[in-house]
Formats: sequence, structure tokens, C-alpha cells
Amino acid sequence: MARYLLITDFQPGVAETPMEEWRPEEVQAHLDYYAAINRELKANGEWVQLEILTGPDRAKVVTSDGVSAPVVTDGPFQEFKEWVAGFHVVDVESEARAIEIAAKLSAVPIPGNRPMQQPIQVRRIMDDGPSTSAEMDEWLETVGGARKG
Amino acid sequence: MTASPPAVEDLLRDLAPQVLGALARQSGDFDAAEDAVQEALIAAADHWPGEGVPDNPRAWLLRTAARRLIDQHRSDEARANREVQTAVDQATPAAPANETDDTLTVLFLCCHPSLTPASAIALTLRAVGGLTTRQIAHAFLVPEPTMAQRISRAKATIKASGAGFSMPGPDAYPATLRNVLHVVYLMFNEGYVSSDGDDLGRPDLADEAIRIGRLVHAELPDDSEASGLLALMLLLDARRPGRTTSGGEPIPLAEQDRSRWDRAKIAEGIALLDGAIGRGRIGEYQLQAAIAALHDRAPTAGDTDWPQIAALYELLERMTGSPVVRLNRAVAVAMDGDPADGLALIEGLDGSVAGHRLDAVRAHLLELAGDTEAAIRHYRAAARLATNLAEQRHLSMRAARLRAQA
Repeated sequence: MARYLLITDFQPGVAETPMEEWRPEEVQAHLDYYAAINRELKANGEWVQLEILTGPDRAKVVTSDGVSAPVVTDGPFQEFKEWVAGFHVVDVESEARAIEIAAKLSAVPIPGNRPMQQPIQVRRIMDDGPSTSAEMDEWLETVGGARKG
Repeated sequence: MTASPPAVEDLLRDLAPQVLGALARQSGDFDAAEDAVQEALIAAADHWPGEGVPDNPRAWLLRTAARRLIDQHRSDEARANREVQTAVDQATPAAPANETDDTLTVLFLCCHPSLTPASAIALTLRAVGGLTTRQIAHAFLVPEPTMAQRISRAKATIKASGAGFSMPGPDAYPATLRNVLHVVYLMFNEGYVSSDGDDLGRPDLADEAIRIGRLVHAELPDDSEASGLLALMLLLDARRPGRTTSGGEPIPLAEQDRSRWDRAKIAEGIALLDGAIGRGRIGEYQLQAAIAALHDRAPTAGDTDWPQIAALYELLERMTGSPVVRLNRAVAVAMDGDPADGLALIEGLDGSVAGHRLDAVRAHLLELAGDTEAAIRHYRAAARLATNLAEQRHLSMRAARLRAQA
């Protein structure tokens, strides 16, 4: 199994209007679709985490030289559409499965019951320890520092 | 009499597959029996340390689990529970019929070919290893409900495959046994825990795999590959104390402090291997164990018998056709003589080895051959592809060191 981070941002895909301008049933269909994916991930035993982030209004940038007081500003930030809106962490059998889930997220419905075609970033999460003991042993044998003689 | 929690836990974990085997055989419902036994184990872990271990702990667990099974069936009124009642009636006598056979049946079912390895490992840890869902979730760094769902889906998959609670027939037996050994080996592979030891509640999957490997070897003492697998795991695990720094960074084999290796495990592994070789067909676990034994036996890295290791890898490559084995063989050949011979062996492997290992090995061989620029390039490429932090840092560090020397 491998863990993947699936990042959803604010890129609109093929949606012409922001969600605030959709009809309530269109917003509901959009949210129900996400809920169905989340239920599926849980039922499959692939669910690890989902977080939805607050927007630019609450965001700060902190810079410090380690000596003087840190500088805290309300920017500068990247373009709004590149803001991370939220992310899933899933634990899946393969990269192919992570891509399959990302494809579902990308096709979330927008007004007119059309798939949004929103770009979803798929990032493999690093394991914190060496991956496997036997492979690691082999690896330590092969990438050893010893030279003959 | 009260008992210490670790003693109770060991007892429960030894009894877990026996009790499950008996209940599953009597009720014919492996899925529900497995849930019931898990609940009984948790109840025992709650009560026994304070109230004392019952006179016949096995019968206590079987009775408790059978009652849970009945409760479960009662709440699902559509199901007839005559068989379950029989199970409870039979649960009282202490003497088990085919206890060892039942344990093996449980293990074979948990490693059913219809399951993915990840599911089989999770189910085996619970049903055979007697771990709780929470412990297994902790070992795999996923939330407890996720692991519970993975295990229950695994059991549903077995049920849907039509497998009952019985050993595979003679036709299916060899393939199923191979799968069982494979699952245990993969479980061992999952078990790399860095030596910082600050995560005490986390089960050690390498230890779990060795424990189950011992169980398989005890049940099938004449199977040379079951012996070979246990030997391999012991011979690799023996190096664990020397394999990482106190900060958890990996130490290459050649730089490990061999006095820290576990001599008792090495001796046990070598004895198992000596007993297995020549008893039956030579399989890949015995070959890998033989290679591990050669490393373990060398007093210093410089004493390593590289020609013999290269020859064993060649045999293993012929047996498995694995490009990863070819990589290891190339390193052994390079360490034995001319790195150019090793580099020639890995020509043409591009695209057939996923991940960072081809670049890592190529970098190492280029470094040995004195081609610093190319070595740096491949160390960096390997670092970009590595999926764990320890390996990535190690590879980046090697590139940085070469750059500093150049």
C-alpha cells in the first residue's frame, strides 16, 4: 500500500460561474458527489484523512531571520485559483488506484449536471522510515560504501 | 491470581488462532467467528490481568466467543443458528480435536489467493497473530475504522470466493502454501522500524512475521521453503541492531558495526538453513537465506565471499527471472572484481525496475568505477525517485559527498 495526497484547488475546470451563483440543488448535487466518494473510500478501507482549508482572508505569511521579531503579512499569495482548497490522503494498492480516485474527484458535477474537469494533483507521500526491511537490507548491501581491497 | 498484562497478551495471542480454528470449524462461519474471537480476546485482555487467568483459558475464550457469535446471529434473525448452538454445546469440553490443523486452516484462509497482499497481511495479523484492529491500524499508520473496513472486506472476499473452512485440496495446496509464505515474507518486509524506538505502542511487523514464520515451520517441519523463509527472516533481522544510527538513518552494510548483530538469531538461522538444504527442492527463500548467511558470517565487510554471493544470485535470477535480483548480482560481481562487469550486467534493465533502485545501483557501480560525474548524476536521479525519507537523504548525501571530493 502507498499513501497519496490528492490536492483540490480553486481552478474552475469548465464551470463558468463560482459556486455562490449556482442554484441550491446544483450545490447540493456537487456536495453529495463528494460525500459519495468519501463513503466509498471509507468502505474500501482506503480512507486516511480529508481536510478543507480556509481561504486567503485568514491566511498569513511568516518570515523570520531567527533573531529579530518575525514579519507577519497578509501576502503576497499566488493567484486565487491556485489556492489549495482541500486535500484527501488515501492509502491505496497502487498509483493507478490513486489516479482513479483523482479522476472521480475531477468529474464532480457542476450546473447542467456536467463534469467539472477540475485538475487534481496526485502526490505520493514519502514514507518516514526505510520502506521495507528485506528490501532495505538488500539496498544497504548494494549501495554500500565498501570497495574491494 | 493476577497476571501481568504482557504475560496475558502472549497467552491470548497464542490461543487466538486455536480458538478461532475451533469456532470456525464448528460454526462453519469464519467471518463471524473471527469477529467473535476478536471480541473475546479484548474482553479477556480487560479482565484477566486484574481478575486472574481462568483455569482453562482456552475453554473460557471459546465459550465467550461462541456466546458473542450467538448474540450476533440473534441480532440478525434471518439466520438460522442451529450450528452455532452446536458450537456452544461443544465449546465446553477442553480437549480440542485437530487444534494444529485448525490453526493452519485459519492461516491458509487468511492468505487466500483471492486477497491482495495488503488485505491478507491485515487479516493474518488479526486472526492468526491475535493483534487488535487498533494495533494493526497503528502499524500501518491508517485510522482504526479504515483497518477494520479492510479486514471485513477481506473476509467478505474470501466468503464470495466460495472457500469454506477447510484446507485446500492436494491440487491447490502447493500454490496456496507458496502464497502463505509470500504473505509472511511481505509482512516481514513491512516491518522496518527505525531504531529510535519512541513509538512503543506500535507492533513490530518483523517480529510478527517471524512469530508466524515459526508457527508455519512448527506445523510443516518438513517443508524446506517454510524453513528457508524462517531462516531468511532471522538472518536479516539479526542485523537490525546495526542497521540504523540512533537517529534512524540507514547504515550501509559495509559500514555497520557487526558486533551489534544478534549472534543468537544468526546461529538459529544458519542451523535452520543447514537443516533445510538437501532435504527438499531448493527454493528462492533458501537461496536468499544462503546469501544472507554469507553476509552474516563475514567477520568484516572485506571478508565477504562475493564470488559465492554472485553465484547464488545467478541461481536465484535463473529461478525467478527478477530484474531486482539481477541488480543485486551486478553489485556482487562488481564487488568481486571489475565494476565494468557489474555495469554490463545492468545494461538493458532500464524500464524493467520501478522506482529508484536501478539509478542507485548504477550510481554505486559508477562510483566504484571512478566515474564521479555520472555517479553523481545517478545518485541525484535516484534521490528524486525514492519514496522514503531515509533512502532519499542517504542518496542525496552520497551525491553531495562525491561533489565535495570532485
